[in-house]
Order: sequence, then C-alpha cells, then structure tokens
Amino acid sequence: MEENKKPLLEVKDLKQHFKLGRKFSVKAVDGVSFRIYPGETYGLVGESGSGKSTIGRSVIRLYEPTSGEVWFQGTKISGKLSAQDTKHLRTNMQMIFQDPMACLNPRKKILDIVAQGLDIHHMYTTPEERAEKVYRILDMVGLSREHANRYPHQFSGGQRQRIGIARALIMEPELIIADEAISALDVSIQAQVVNLMKELQKQTKTAILFIAHDLSMVKYISDRIGVLHLGHLVETGTTEEIFSNPIHPYTRSLLSAIPKPDPISERSRTAFTYDLKEMGINYLAGTEHHVQGQHYVLGTDDEVKRWMAEDFIQQ
Amino acid sequence: MNKDKVLSIRDLSISFQTSAGEVNAIRGVNLDLYQGETLAIVGESGSGKSVTVKAIMGILSGNGKIKSGTIDFTSRKSGEEVKEALLSYSKKEMRRRINGRRIAMVFQDPMTSLNPTMPIGSQIMEGMRYHYKTNKKEAYEKAVKLLDLVGITEPEKRMKSYPHQLSGGMRQRVVIAIALSCDPEILICDEPTTALDVTIQAKILELIKEIQKKTGISVIYITHDLGVVAKVADYVAVMYAGKVVEKGLSEEIFYEPRHPYTWGLLSAMPDLNTDDEVLYTIPGSPFNLLNKTEGDAFAERNRFALNIDYRLEPPMFQITETHYAATWLLHENAPAVSMPEALKERIKRMGEEVDLRGGE
Repeated sequence: MEENKKPLLEVKDLKQHFKLGRKFSVKAVDGVSFRIYPGETYGLVGESGSGKSTIGRSVIRLYEPTSGEVWFQGTKISGKLSAQDTKHLRTNMQMIFQDPMACLNPRKKILDIVAQGLDIHHMYTTPEERAEKVYRILDMVGLSREHANRYPHQFSGGQRQRIGIARALIMEPELIIADEAISALDVSIQAQVVNLMKELQKQTKTAILFIAHDLSMVKYISDRIGVLHLGHLVETGTTEEIFSNPIHPYTRSLLSAIPKPDPISERSRTAFTYDLKEMGINYLAGTEHHVQGQHYVLGTDDEVKRWMAEDFIQQ
Repeated sequence: MNKDKVLSIRDLSISFQTSAGEVNAIRGVNLDLYQGETLAIVGESGSGKSVTVKAIMGILSGNGKIKSGTIDFTSRKSGEEVKEALLSYSKKEMRRRINGRRIAMVFQDPMTSLNPTMPIGSQIMEGMRYHYKTNKKEAYEKAVKLLDLVGITEPEKRMKSYPHQLSGGMRQRVVIAIALSCDPEILICDEPTTALDVTIQAKILELIKEIQKKTGISVIYITHDLGVVAKVADYVAVMYAGKVVEKGLSEEIFYEPRHPYTWGLLSAMPDLNTDDEVLYTIPGSPFNLLNKTEGDAFAERNRFALNIDYRLEPPMFQITETHYAATWLLHENAPAVSMPEALKERIKRMGEEVDLRGGE
C-alpha cells in the first residue's frame, strides 16, 4: 500500500487492561499501533494470551479501551459515540467468529440469520428484496438458495463458516474482523475458506483484519502482518518482508515452529526456542526501529543491531 | 519385515446406532504397530481415526457396536511373548489389566483430562498406586522423576500444584507424565497438540520423541496435521470415511503419495517457500457416514475419479513391501494419472533440499 493513501482503520497506542482485583490488572494489550488501508488484509499473529483477539474486540467496540484511540474512516470511534456514528460503524464493520456453531442461532433459519443485519438497519423495502439479497450473498459464498430454509445444525463446519461470512458480507462492510475464522476447521476445508475469502475480497474490496495463530495460513491471505507477543506488536511488515527477513527472535521462533510436510528434514530439525527472560528482553524499553520499506521491529538499539547481525536460516 | 509386532488390527468394523440411523464409522481397517516405532493416523474429522483408537482402549461410547474384526496385542515385557485379544475383554477387565497400565492415552485438551481438584503429584501417583500397588514413597519418587523427564523444572515444588496453576503446555506435559507412570508398552496420543500454540506444539512433539528414544515405547498418533506427522511418524495411515485409503512408510507417503486424497491433503498444506496466490483445495465436504456407500466414498470429491469409482469400491493395491493404497488408479488397466504438478514440484524441491544438506 502506498504511504499517501488514507488509512481505513487506525489504531493508536491502544491499551486494554483488565482489572482482576484491587491491585492486579492484566495488561492484555499494552500500547499497540497499526493501520489498515482500504481493500487490504492485515494479519495479526501471536500465541494464545498475546492479546490478538482483544485487539479485534476493542476495535469493534466490544471492549472499552483503557487508553489509546481507534480511528475509522477519519472518525474517532473509541470513547463516546453519537447514535449516527454508532449506526455507521455497525454497518461498516463486521465480525466473523471462530466457532461457527456457537455464533449461529440454532433456532433460526439461515435466511433469517443472514438477513438479521438488514432487518435491524431497515435495508430493504419488500420481503422479496430481502430474500433476493440473501440469495445473492449465499451464492457468492458458494451455497445455494435451497440452503436458506435450513437450520445451522444441518450444515457441516465449513458450510457454517461460509454462513458466518455471508452474514458479515451482506452489510457490504468496509472492514471485516475475522477472529480465528479458520482455526476450528479441517485442513482441506481451511484451504477452501481461505480461497473463498480471498476471492470475495477481490470482488468486494473489503479490508480484512485477519486474526490467527497459524503463520502459514496467514501468509496466504495477508498483505501485511503484525506479530504480537504479550500485548506488544514486536514486528510488522509486508508478508514478504516478515517471511523472507524475520528480525525479532519471537517471529523467528514462530516461523521455525511451523512443521513442513517433509519427513527427512523435519526429523532432524528442532524448533528455535524463545524465552523472554533468558534473552533479557524488555518490551517496554524497546522502541520501534525501521528496517526497510514497511518493516518495523520493536527493541532497543543494541538488540536490533544484534538481531540483524544474526543470520536466520529457516531449516 | 522381521520387526516385532506390538499391535495388530484386522478387519475392524464399528457402527454406531443413532437417532438418524446407523453410522458405519469404521469399515474394515487393518493396521500394524511395531515395537518402538510410531504410527500416525491422519484424516479429517469424521474419518474414524479417533474411533479406531477408542476401540483399542475399549472406551467406545454406549451406542457403538463392533461388527467384526480383531485387535491383537502382543506383550514382551516379561521376556516371553504373550498374545492378547483385546476385543474379547470386558470393560472391567480392560480397566484393570490394560488401560493406563499397558496402553496409555494422551487426549487433546489437557484441561479436561486433568482433575482440577487434585494436585498434579497425586494424579501422577494414582495410576501406579492402583495398578501396581506401589507404596506412597516409591510412587512419589517416581512421580518426581517423571516430571523431570517431561521437562518440568523444580519437580518437587510442582508436585503440589493444581492444574489451573500451570500453563497449557505444562499441563500437557503433566498428562504425558501420567500416561508414562505405569511404564506402558503403547502410548496413544489423540491430537495431543491441537489445543496448543505452534511454538509449544513443537516442544511437546520433540519431548514425546525423546521419551520414545529413551524408553523404547511404541506410539500411535492421531492428527489431522500432516506437518506433525512428518515430524514424528515412521508409518503413516491415511483414513477417509472409515477406511484406510493409503498406508506406508513416512517417506513413501510424503515423497511418493499414490492416492488422490493424500495428494489433496498434501497440496492443501500452505507452503512457505512459494508465493502462489491460491491454495489447492479438495472440493466438497467430508463424507457423511450416515449415507450408504456405493463405490468409492471419495469419488465425489475426487477430480481423478474413474467410472468404476462410482460402482465398485477399490481394493488395497500393494506398491512396495510397505506401501499400500486403495485407488483404482493403481489398477493395471487404469489410465496413467500422476499427481498434480504443484505437488510434484514441491516434492522435488524438498528432495533437492535434502540432497543439499546431505552434501554439506
């Protein structure tokens, strides 16, 4: 993406702390900034507990951020919002959840599940128009119109995730937040859903915030990637930059942990260990360093210099 | 093959009675496990991989019925060979003689397999106390040793911890320690790393491999992740719709796959070394075992399907001494069809990589 483009979503120094008691609070997200440009896919990767889902939920206002700002299409959407802005936001930002069974109402037909957004925002004039819109979307995600009158339990996992995607797309949003949208699916179905999302993005020009813990799938779908660890964005860059030249040791450990379908090299290979304490890394002391292009790494001057000097061979 | 067989499954068929009708979950499975080796069973959800190992452990749910087949377990622990037919045992006998003691199992989610109200030390000691009537002191010492073996630091202190005080990776290590507590001959791992992060997954797999080296235990892995299989397995069995469609040595499955379903699974794995835009997919969704099959269950999703695939189920064709696949493509009258180009490329590249490093 060119630098002069206006960002669709801008997250500035977002902090999300959860109070656990009088003295304790969990710093789930601790100062994260990133931008998403129209029509691109931003992959957010990290292990469980790194705060990636929290970011998604803060952006879509399921949580009230502790501090920091979220801007969407030039309006600030964190903090108090007018009714009009809320409405604008709710139609233009949609979410796809991880477990397709848990997020579909088992007592409603697919037609009504998918059309719910249209109902709430009065986006049709006749019932025929409503049904027509739903059929069109179902067709886009690879389901047929006969499916509209069935219930969620009559579908397989992959089909249910398609319904979740259809429900998000029918509002014609500018941004979709996909929170671990493929993690619960089988390998062969994962590939289908990833291809579908890429295809739909080409047609609709929707931006996607793709949250996942699996770097290998993220590679296929993302234009840019942010690697998150313990609430800090440790490395960001284009997919190409992250995969060909990972700098931060955490990113390297993630990359080295991806198993490959090659028994001979796999057997002899050991994953690269990353231990924050052992390496003496303090995220709060680090600042963002520019590597090249859009590639940034979090660390102190010495650390970054040292990491850049170390060669990373992905074997 | 003159390796010692530990477990041999022959012609196993299992069906479940459900409100929607009879589900034929397993339809004639033959598998062998050899001493000190690792067998990986791969397949999508609903392919019957979990049901197969549940049958070995005798823990099928109430509506499951074994229609035919045998499971023979050969023990060499006392020096002489003792053959046991596991399917002839009652649930009670299985519990007393086999489960936990001779064959142990590690489940997917460590939080559900650990007791939240019991310190982990007592949970590790429990099996030894029950099966071998070990006294408390010995059991305690062994539990500490096991915790050390599975890579938990300061094991004495950790003995008193409760599961909720440990991280996900640590919990799975404890579960492995429990499984190993009675020195079983077979360890069954049912998706042991699916609930864990990639970085921790790699550590757990390396741990199991190391333990296998030290103790000579035989391992069965169940997984849907071919990357995991490449890391751990000696033998691979690919299952689809309740049948083994291809089995062979790990190298044979990964470098010379013959079944279209295996091609599909391998191609659907994301490849980090290329920058192609679209992932290969297997069209359609997994086979519903409620339906009766005529011909090959995979035919509908198979882009290489022949006419005969819709009428007659393919038998197992032998390719090498260890490599078998059930597809009509291997029949002598079949047209010559080879694997997709992209996959060929990838295998070639992997081979070159190996050569490169071999030459160093």
